[in-house]
Amino acid sequence: MFYIHCPYCGEHREEEEFHPKGQAHIARPEDPAACSDEEWGDYLFFRDNPRGIHHELWVHAVGCRKFFNVTRNTVTYEILETYKMGEQPSITAEYSDGRPAQDAADQASLREGVRA
Amino acid sequence: MPNSVAQNVRTFDTRPEATVAIESPLAYSYQRSKAPKPNSHGRKGLVVRERPLLGHLILRGGAIVLDEALREELGINLPGQPQGLVLDASGERSVQWLSPDEWLIIVPGGEEFELENRLRARLGDAHYSIVNVGGGQTVLELSGEKAREVLMKSVVYDVHPSHFPVGKGVTTVFAKATVIIRRPTEDCWELVVRRSFADYCYRWLLDAGEEYGIGVAK
Ligand SMILES: [Zn+2]
Repeated sequence: MFYIHCPYCGEHREEEEFHPKGQAHIARPEDPAACSDEEWGDYLFFRDNPRGIHHELWVHAVGCRKFFNVTRNTVTYEILETYKMGEQPSITAEYSDGRPAQDAADQASLREGVRA
Repeated sequence: MPNSVAQNVRTFDTRPEATVAIESPLAYSYQRSKAPKPNSHGRKGLVVRERPLLGHLILRGGAIVLDEALREELGINLPGQPQGLVLDASGERSVQWLSPDEWLIIVPGGEEFELENRLRARLGDAHYSIVNVGGGQTVLELSGEKAREVLMKSVVYDVHPSHFPVGKGVTTVFAKATVIIRRPTEDCWELVVRRSFADYCYRWLLDAGEEYGIGVAK
């Protein structure tokens, strides 16, 4: 059994209810028509593949069916936090123990992580 | 097809006025599979009973405006907390949280169109949506002392009373299907299943409940 915290349902739910949907925080270019082919290709097809902390989009497919973000360590598979759409991660590659005080306080309520 | 209150939305009563034979989603299953009689353990015996042809509405929109409309028209508060399930005094009508902007209303069969129209009239220009999903799903009621044992074999969700009190409902995985599991009262569990999965869930329940002497009430 492996549990993931859904920030919308507000509780840990079985992994089987979720699907990963790739890299998170990919902003669609404001003006697609003004993009070069390379910029548009990067936006559509090219994704980060970091060793370590990664931010991913997941969907609670068999629950509330909402998309949300997951900060996950790609080496240990540990899920460090989950947070709602539109929010920023409190744990990043630069700050693997959480961002400094001010930011961390803002985000503290979001950090529920995972219970395995 | 009568005009709805909001002119840009067309609504219609899914129950025809003409007398047409209507069958529950399990009609086929009763014929094709067995339907063991409930055993004689009285209230303690494990029993599955279908509550067919109820009125199911999916309500979407902002919680505050929907809550007000629902209290006026149905006399039930909108469950604002995740996994909330609220019933009226009779237990016949219920509203369940499905997602932060989505609720499931279940009312006695035949009431749903009138309720939909009243909600539309009250909600006016608010940003909302009401969809009648009654034709797509049905309710299976599981009761008896061993009901939780059967669920423990069937779902990935923790159904222990400390984690699943009365007044809770979740959408989760049941066997290989997606169902809504709800606990309206102390000794009864409800499964809201898709019509096309009804036969599968029914036969799964008969199989899983066999060791506890499951019976079917009709
Ligand atoms: Zn969820």
